[in-house]
Amino acid sequence: MKNVLAVFHKELKYYFVSPIAYVVLTVFLVISGYFFYNILSIFLERSMFAAMQSQQFGGPPPSIDVPSLVSRNFFGVLSTVILFMLPMITMATFADEKRRGTMELLLTSPITNLQVILGKFLASLSFFAVMLLPTLLYVLFVVIYSSPKMTWGPILSGYLGLLLLGGSLISLGIFISTLTENQIVAATVTFGAFLILWVIDLSARSGGTTLQEVFSYLSILNHFEDFSKGVIDTSSLIIYASFIFLGLFLTFRSIESLRWRQ
Amino acid sequence: MIEVDHLTKRYGSLRAIENVTFQVQKGEILGFLGPNGAGKTTTMRILTCFLPATEGTARVAGFDVFDSPMEVKRRIGYLPENPPLYTEMTVDSYLDFVAKIKGVDTGDRKKKIGEVKDRVSIKEYSNTLVKNLSKGYKQRLGLAQALIHDPQVLILDEPTVGLDPNQIIEVRQLIKSLAGNHTIILSTHILPEVSMTCQRVVIISKGKIAAVDTPENLTRQLQVKDRIYLEVKGPESVVKTKIKEIEGVLDVDSHRLDGDEAYSFSVETELKKDVRSKIARKIVENGYDLLELRTLTMSLEEVFLQLTTQEEEVRA
Repeated sequence: MKNVLAVFHKELKYYFVSPIAYVVLTVFLVISGYFFYNILSIFLERSMFAAMQSQQFGGPPPSIDVPSLVSRNFFGVLSTVILFMLPMITMATFADEKRRGTMELLLTSPITNLQVILGKFLASLSFFAVMLLPTLLYVLFVVIYSSPKMTWGPILSGYLGLLLLGGSLISLGIFISTLTENQIVAATVTFGAFLILWVIDLSARSGGTTLQEVFSYLSILNHFEDFSKGVIDTSSLIIYASFIFLGLFLTFRSIESLRWRQ
Repeated sequence: MIEVDHLTKRYGSLRAIENVTFQVQKGEILGFLGPNGAGKTTTMRILTCFLPATEGTARVAGFDVFDSPMEVKRRIGYLPENPPLYTEMTVDSYLDFVAKIKGVDTGDRKKKIGEVKDRVSIKEYSNTLVKNLSKGYKQRLGLAQALIHDPQVLILDEPTVGLDPNQIIEVRQLIKSLAGNHTIILSTHILPEVSMTCQRVVIISKGKIAAVDTPENLTRQLQVKDRIYLEVKGPESVVKTKIKEIEGVLDVDSHRLDGDEAYSFSVETELKKDVRSKIARKIVENGYDLLELRTLTMSLEEVFLQLTTQEEEVRA
């Protein structure tokens, strides 16, 4: 545990002394802020329009639940934006250690590979959590100014889903980072892998054949939708846990095989 | 302290090292001398549990590198050829991280970091970023990293490469001051470095051990004598005196070989006087079986030649 913490602290520090962290944080904030504003204004306009219509024609009052629509769509957008951001967070994890020769230090120190991997994974996940923090502020506004008050449930489950989805993508990204010494290569391949996951998700949504149903079960993006609606499904939890485990397991094997391939 | 027994490492069909066997006593500095690509780094990487060997065993402080790597890693400080540094950390935070992963107790950590900084005289750079250190100080920090957990064994891969002459002298003195408390293996391709710092030398060439001796002995042999190695089946003392009768032979040393009645003789002869045919005739005439005969010094000389020319390049 002490060793995991040592690696964890070192990695977090690494994020905040390198310019990458600040670039990723800033770009993410700008993009998420822009989308939040857009989503909010679209649904406000729509509900206002509906209210006006019902006044004019004397119909029943509109039943548009703006806060939950906004939060659901916002989470949907976030889950797509992180596909572009997470490769930047994971690309250096192992590729940079290999390039600098510090892998030799880690592998000849009395610390297990599992401890190194867990330390790095937790550090990347924590950085991701820090990246998400400012978006809480946007959501906070929706909760405060909505009437009747929106409940926290769907929001918390949305963030839980984001962390699980992020964790899955990070574990995959870290694995890819063990395969190369070059950060750019790692980032590009990771991004490509994420896009394939995204395409799988798209094809799962488009129809109802058996294959597509299997895809929709396996698609980690698809499972996120439940979380953004406030539904925490056990099968989704299991999918994410298995995906993270698989990613870390592959990382472990890849590090072990380094010794044999040198 | 360190026992290496018939170590072989193959990369596919390429043999990096073959049948490497040597021992290092506690408190000794052993020099690992050989041209680039001779297999020095490979041997060291096996000793530090970074690489697995194809065949053979290696034990450090009684622990096998393959069976109990954690125990070995706890007892070894390793400085690879390129010091493994995190360039965006400060010297202090780097040493702090290394101390943590090398299992230095939390209470001791501050003290140990202070001690090790004193030892490699890098104290005044405590808060400097590693990337801003000069090459010499990076090397010192690499040494500090290897020393932080007070390991019994130090393995240093070409610790003076790329330093300027003053720094080389400093690093050599530092290494010498560490002997006694630490058992040290250091690799180099520079002959004078070995004679200055090491008590014993293993000469390795093309993955095989060419000689193991003190630097003084090796240099003496190199200057005045040729050496012939032979294996003979026959009475030890008789064969010895017969060989000594031959003109040009200076000294004969013998060892009993395992198994049958054979002995190995190492014959020192005057320089450039080839007495191999005379020895062979003598032994056969006396009715003994000659099993093997080859010159030793030639290969040794070749290695040395290569080494000394490289040193001149460095100097130039």
